[in-house]
Amino acid sequence: MTIIKRGFAALAAGALSAALAMPAVAEPVKFDFWFGLSGDLARVVDTLCKNFNASQTDYEVVCTSQGNYDATLQNTIAAFRAGKQPAVVQVYDVGTATMMLSGAYKPADKLMEENGYKIDYADYFPGIARYYATSKGEMLSFPFNSSTPLMYWNKDAFAKIGKTEAPKTWEDVAADLQALKDVGYECPMAINISANESWQLMEQFSALHNQPVATKNNGYDGLDARLEVNKTKFVQYVTDLKKWYDAGLIKIKSKDLGQDMVQAFASGTCQVILTSVGDHGTVGKTQKEGMNWDVAELPVYAGTERKNSLVGGASLWVLSGKSDAEYKGVAAFLNFIHDPKTALFWSTNTGYIPVTKSGFDYMKSTGFYDKAPYKGREVAIASLTASEPTEITRGVRLGNFTQIRAEFGTQMQAIFANKVSVQEGLDTLVKNGDAILDRFQQTYPGKTLP
Amino acid sequence: MEKRVTFGSWTIGILFAVPQLLLIFTFFYWPAGQAVYWSLTLQQPWGGGNVWVGLDNFRSILSNADYWNSITASLVFAAISTGLAMFVALVLAALTDRQLAGSRFYRVVLIWPYGIAAPALALAFRFILAPEAGFLSVINRMWPGIWDPGLDGADAMASIIVAFSWKYVGYNFIFFLAAFQAIPRSLIEAAAMDGSGVVRRFWDIQFPLITPTIFFLLVINITESFQDSFGIVDIMTSGGPANATNLMVYKIYSDGFKGLDFSGAAAQSIILMVLIIVLTIFQFRFIERRVHYQ
Repeated sequence: MTIIKRGFAALAAGALSAALAMPAVAEPVKFDFWFGLSGDLARVVDTLCKNFNASQTDYEVVCTSQGNYDATLQNTIAAFRAGKQPAVVQVYDVGTATMMLSGAYKPADKLMEENGYKIDYADYFPGIARYYATSKGEMLSFPFNSSTPLMYWNKDAFAKIGKTEAPKTWEDVAADLQALKDVGYECPMAINISANESWQLMEQFSALHNQPVATKNNGYDGLDARLEVNKTKFVQYVTDLKKWYDAGLIKIKSKDLGQDMVQAFASGTCQVILTSVGDHGTVGKTQKEGMNWDVAELPVYAGTERKNSLVGGASLWVLSGKSDAEYKGVAAFLNFIHDPKTALFWSTNTGYIPVTKSGFDYMKSTGFYDKAPYKGREVAIASLTASEPTEITRGVRLGNFTQIRAEFGTQMQAIFANKVSVQEGLDTLVKNGDAILDRFQQTYPGKTLP
Repeated sequence: MEKRVTFGSWTIGILFAVPQLLLIFTFFYWPAGQAVYWSLTLQQPWGGGNVWVGLDNFRSILSNADYWNSITASLVFAAISTGLAMFVALVLAALTDRQLAGSRFYRVVLIWPYGIAAPALALAFRFILAPEAGFLSVINRMWPGIWDPGLDGADAMASIIVAFSWKYVGYNFIFFLAAFQAIPRSLIEAAAMDGSGVVRRFWDIQFPLITPTIFFLLVINITESFQDSFGIVDIMTSGGPANATNLMVYKIYSDGFKGLDFSGAAAQSIILMVLIIVLTIFQFRFIERRVHYQ
C-alpha cells in the first residue's frame, strides 16, 4: 500500500518537476516548528529560524506561529491525532504535566544524546531546569523563552514620599502605598485579578515564601496531589490585597476595563505593578516621556526567608513519530538555540532572560546589562536564583492547570466584589480545583508522572 | 384520472439525494455521534486512550453549581437579548415602514450591524463601555463606581446583552420591514379612512399580520443567542467576573479547548443541544398556536 502511495507521489512529483530542472541532490531536510508567540515576538522567532537555516545547509526549519499558547497546544493535539504533528512545539509552563502524560513526545535529553550533542544540564539555572524536569531530574523538554515576575516601581513618585529604594517587604509596601495616596496619587498600585495573575499573585508568592500550592510537593510526586492554598500564608496575602483595595491603595486595571496594568504603569497613572520581566521592554518603549522607573524583586512578608521565584514561559517539546533524519535536524536546531550567542540575540530582542549560566555570563561579558534599556533585567536572574529550589519551589505540576488558573480568577473576582469572604473564596477555589484534579487523574488511570 | 409523473426506480431518486445525505452525514451526524460517544467516556487529549464512564460526565456536570449558574446565565441572556433585539427592531421597522423623512437612509444603515463579525463588534463595545476610558466613563465621573463590568456581574451581563442585541437588531429589522411591506397598503389606507390612528392600525392590522415573522424571529433569536454569543463573551468578559457571563457555549469552549477536558465539553454540548431542541419544540407547540398564517 505504501509502495503504491509512494509510487503515485513519485509520479506526481516527477510530473511536476519534469518541466523544471532536477532538484539538487542535497535538498535540506525540512521539519516543522510550531510556536505560540505573536506580533513582535513572532518576528524575533522567525529571525531566529532564518539564522538557523543560514547557519548550515543540511536542515531547514519551517517556523509557524499559532497565535498564542492555548491555540498552539490545541492545534498540536488536533494535528497529532491526525498524524500531522510538527517535529518541535513550544508548550507553555502549565502544559508540562499534560505533555508528560501524553506519550506523544521524544525525550529531549535522549534525542540530544542519540545525535551526539553533549548538553551540560547543570548549566541551566536550577530554578528553570527543575521546573521542566521530571521528578528524577531528566529533561524531557528544552527551556526556551523564560521570564519571572518583578515589581515595577515609579522612582519619581517614590521620591515624593522621600524614598529612593523599592520596598522589600509587604509591610513596607503597605506603608508606601498609603504615603503615595496621601500625597495625592489616585492609583498607588495596580493589579488585575483574572486567570493570568494566578502566576504572580498565587504561584510566585507561594514559591517566594516557600509555601505549597498543592500537596505532593506541588504535584511533582503524584497525580493525587490536591490544592491547599486555603491554609497557607496566601490567605493572609489575599486578605491584605483586599484590604488595600478597599482602602483605595490598589486599583484593578485590566484590558476589559480600558487599560491594562502595564499601560497604567507606563503612562504614570499607577505607581507600582507586579508583572513579568518580559514586559520590561514594553514599559521602556511606551513609557511617558522622562519618567524614571526601575524594577525590583517581588516583596515578601517581613521575617520570611526568601526563596527563588518560579520561571514562567514555555519549553520546546520534540514530538514522536518523525523520521531519524528529521530528528537529526531537530537536535541541531535545539543545539543552536542552546548556544550563548543565540541567548544574547534572543534576550536582546525580547524581554526574556537567558536560561543558562553560560548564556547569562556571556551576556554580562558583552556589557548587555550595563546599557540603559536592558539595565535592570539582571534582577530577574537574582530573583530566580535567590535560593536553591526547595521541594516546593521547583514549580507547580498539576493537571489541567489552565482550568485551575481560571478558577483562581473567578474566585478572586468574587472576593473582590464582596460576594464571598476571603476564606470562603479560597475554600471554593480549592474545592473546584480539586474536582479538576480528580478528573485529570481519572482520565489517566494507572499512569504516573515521570 | 389524475396524471402524475413518477419515477419507476428508487435508485435514481436515491442517487440524487446521495450528495446531500453524504454532506449531512459527514458534517452533522458523524461529529454529533462522536460527541455522544465522547460524552460517555473520559478522553485523553492526545488520543492515548479513553475510559468508558457511562453517564458519569453528565452526573458530574449536573451536580456542579457552576454549571447551573451557567444555564441560568444563558437563559437570562437569551430572554433579555431576544426581547430587546426584537422590540427595538420592531419599532424601527414600523417607523421605517411609515416612510418618515430619511427612512430610505435608515433602511440601509440599520442592516449593517448584522454584517459585522461578533468579535469585531465586541471589541468596539469594549471600548464604548470601558468604565474608565470609554464613553460611559462620564457616568462614572458623576457617580463614581456605578458602572463596573470588571467586578459587577450584572454590569458585565448588561454589556454583552447590549452588544448582542445591537447586532441582531439589524437582522430582525430586515425581516420585520419585509413583513410590514408585504401588508397590502389598501388595508392600512382603509383603516386610516375609518379614522383609526397609527397605534390603533399597528395593533389591529399590522401586528396580527406579521405574527408569522415574529414567531420565526423568536425561534432564530433564541437559538442564536445560545450559539452566536461566543465571540462577544470571549472578547468582552471572558466569562467573568466570577462566572457571571460564563454562558453555556463559552463554558464548552473554555472547558474543552482551554482545559483539554474533551469529554466534559462533549457532554455539555449534548446538554446544550437537548436544551435548544426542547426550547424549539416548546415554541412550535405552544407559541405557534397563536400565529396566524395568511
